[in-house]
Amino acid sequence: MPARTKSTAKTPSDDAAPRPKARTGGRKVYMVAGGVTKFAKAHPSMDFRLMVKRAYDAAMQEVPNLTPDRIDGTRISYFSDHFSRQLKAASMVQDYLGMNPKGSVRIEWGGATGGECFQAGYEAVASGRMDVCLAAGYETMSRVATWKGNEFIALASDTNFDFPLGGFYTGYYALMVVRHIYEYLRLGKFAHVKDEREAQRLAIAEGSRIMSMVSVKNHLNALHNPYAQYPKRLTVDQVLRSEMISYPVTREQICTMSDGAAAVILCDESTARELTDNPVRVIGVGCGTDTMRLADRPFGKVPLMAHEKAADYEHLRYPGVHSFRAGRAAGLEAYRMAGIENPNRDLDFIELHDAYASSEIQTYEDLGLCRYGEGYSFVERGDPFLKGVDYGFPTPQAGAIPVNPSGGLIACGHPVGATGLMQGVFAFWQLQGTIPTHFRDPALQLDHPKRGAIHSHAGTGSSVTVSILERGF
Amino acid sequence: MRARPPTYSKFRDAQAELEKNGAAIFRDAEGVESLIIRYPYSINYIHSYAEDSPFFLALAEGKLKGSRCTKKGCAFVFATPRSHCMVCGSPTEWVDLPNEGRVHSWTTCHFGSEAFLKETPYNLAMVEFDGVGSLLLVRLKDAVEKDLFVGMPVVARYDPKPKYSITDVWFVPKK
Repeated sequence: MPARTKSTAKTPSDDAAPRPKARTGGRKVYMVAGGVTKFAKAHPSMDFRLMVKRAYDAAMQEVPNLTPDRIDGTRISYFSDHFSRQLKAASMVQDYLGMNPKGSVRIEWGGATGGECFQAGYEAVASGRMDVCLAAGYETMSRVATWKGNEFIALASDTNFDFPLGGFYTGYYALMVVRHIYEYLRLGKFAHVKDEREAQRLAIAEGSRIMSMVSVKNHLNALHNPYAQYPKRLTVDQVLRSEMISYPVTREQICTMSDGAAAVILCDESTARELTDNPVRVIGVGCGTDTMRLADRPFGKVPLMAHEKAADYEHLRYPGVHSFRAGRAAGLEAYRMAGIENPNRDLDFIELHDAYASSEIQTYEDLGLCRYGEGYSFVERGDPFLKGVDYGFPTPQAGAIPVNPSGGLIACGHPVGATGLMQGVFAFWQLQGTIPTHFRDPALQLDHPKRGAIHSHAGTGSSVTVSILERGF
Repeated sequence: MRARPPTYSKFRDAQAELEKNGAAIFRDAEGVESLIIRYPYSINYIHSYAEDSPFFLALAEGKLKGSRCTKKGCAFVFATPRSHCMVCGSPTEWVDLPNEGRVHSWTTCHFGSEAFLKETPYNLAMVEFDGVGSLLLVRLKDAVEKDLFVGMPVVARYDPKPKYSITDVWFVPKK
C-alpha cells in the first residue's frame, strides 16, 4: 500500500494553536419570524424581487405586532450576478420591499451566502446598530440551462488553475470523497486487503453505499416538507444506480439548481419580548475559511473539539483534501460562544449543508458529531436519522442527533442565496414546535428540541458558517 | 401588431421555443402567464496572469514550475504557484517541480460545465510530488476509470502547441 503521502516536509498548521477565548457575541439576538417560498426548478412567474417579497410577507405574518417601520434595515443575499443577470440586484429587492431609505448591504459568500447573511443580520442587532433587522435572500438558477449553471458555479473556483481543467463542482467533491474514502475506509475497514486496487475498489463501493443512505434519508424526510423541491422515497440501490455524474458521485447524491427565497427577522431582547412569546435565541455564531484551491490545503494537525484528544489523530494529516477545516473552525467558534462542549450531547438537531451526500458525511466529522474517520459508521448506526421512520434499512440509533430533518439541500433544493436562511427558518420552526402548523404535517417535528445548529458551506469548503439557535425565553 | 409568442405549459417546451424564435409564454399550474425571452451574453476578457505568468510561460516550454518560500527555516514548496508564502508571508522564488508524482486523489467526470461537456468523460487528479508541500490539480489522460487509484505513479506531458492555459500540462500513468 502506498504511504499516506511522502510528499510534505512541513506544513502550515503543524503547530497546535492556543485555544482562542470564547467571544460573547455582543447583545442577545433573537429570531422572531421566518418565511420561505417553495423551492422549485423554476418560478418563471416571479422575478427575484417578488420571490423575496413572498418570503418576507410570510415572515411578517408570524409577528402581527411588527410593522415595517420598525425594521431598522436589511441584509440581502444572493450568490451570483451571472444567474441574476442584474448587478446590484439587492437594491431592487430593497426598494420592492419598500425599505428605502433604510440601511442595507448585499451579502455574497459562495454557497454559504445564506448562512453569512443570517450572521450579518445577527451582527447588525448584536452590535446595537439595529434593533430589528430583516435578513433575506434568493437565487434564480433556472435562468440558464443546468450545465451552464454548473459553469457559473464553477467560476467560484480558481479561474486560472482549476476552472479551465473542466471546472465542475461535482468533480471537486468527487476528488475530496475519493480521498476521504481512502483515508478512512481503505486504511480503516479495508486495511487488511492486500491488493491495493482491489482494496480501493471495495472501499469506494462501501463509501458509495453509505453516501446513498444519506441521500435516502434526506429525500425521505422531505416527503413531509411541503417546501421541498424533490421529496421522494428512494432505495440505496436506486441512488447507486442513478446517473454517474463524477465518479463515484451519482445524480441522487447531489443537490439541484433551484429558484427560491427565504427571509428571517432578527431583533434584540426587548423587541423580541414585545413581539412574540415563542422566539428563538441565536446563542452562537462561527465562520471559518480555507484556501480557494483544493490543491493548496495543508497537511497539518486537527484543531480539537473539547471532547477530542490529540492522540485520536496522531497519524492524520489534516485537512488535506478529505476534510473541511473551515467547517471545523466555524463549529469551534460557534460552540465556544454557545458554551457547547460536546455537540452530540448538547445539540438536538442540525440543518447541515448537504450539497453532496459525501459532504454531509465529511461534515459530521468536522462538526464533531463523531470523530474523524467515524462518519461512515455514524451513518450505519443510524444516529443522524429520524426516529420512527422506515428508511428501508436498519437505523438502530435513529434520533440520536437528527441531521437535516427538513430534507436538506439534496431534497429541498439549493437556491444559493436563500439556502442558509431557509435552514434558519426550518430550525426556527423546529425549536418553536410549529413544524406541524407550517408543514401541515406533524411528522418532522422533533420532540421538544431545545437547541439546534444551522451550517452553510461554500466552495470546496473555502468558507463555512455555523449558527446555534436555542428556544427563547 | 405582432402576434403573441406561443404559450406552453411545460417549461422545457417554452425553453425549446426560445432557442428557435427567441420568445415564448409560459403558463404555470395556477394559470399565470409569463413572457420569457432569450438573452445572450458573452465577453472577451483582457486577462493577465500577472505574477503567475512565469508558471504558464514555463508550461509552454514543457516545464513545471512551483514556488518555494525564500525565508530560511520555512522554505515551504508549493506545487500550485503563489508569489507569497501562505505559511509565513515571505516572497517565494520559482523552482522546478519533479516531472513525476503520484495520484493523491482522482475522479472521472461524466458531466461538466457547459464549456467542457463535449470533452466528457475526462479524469481529474490531484498530484503529489516528493519534497513538495502542496498538490497540483490536473487532467489525467491515457487512463480510464477502472485503471485509476490513489498512489498511482504519473508523469507530466505538455502540449506542443501551447494555449497558455493550465491545460497545457496533463499527466499520464507512468509506464
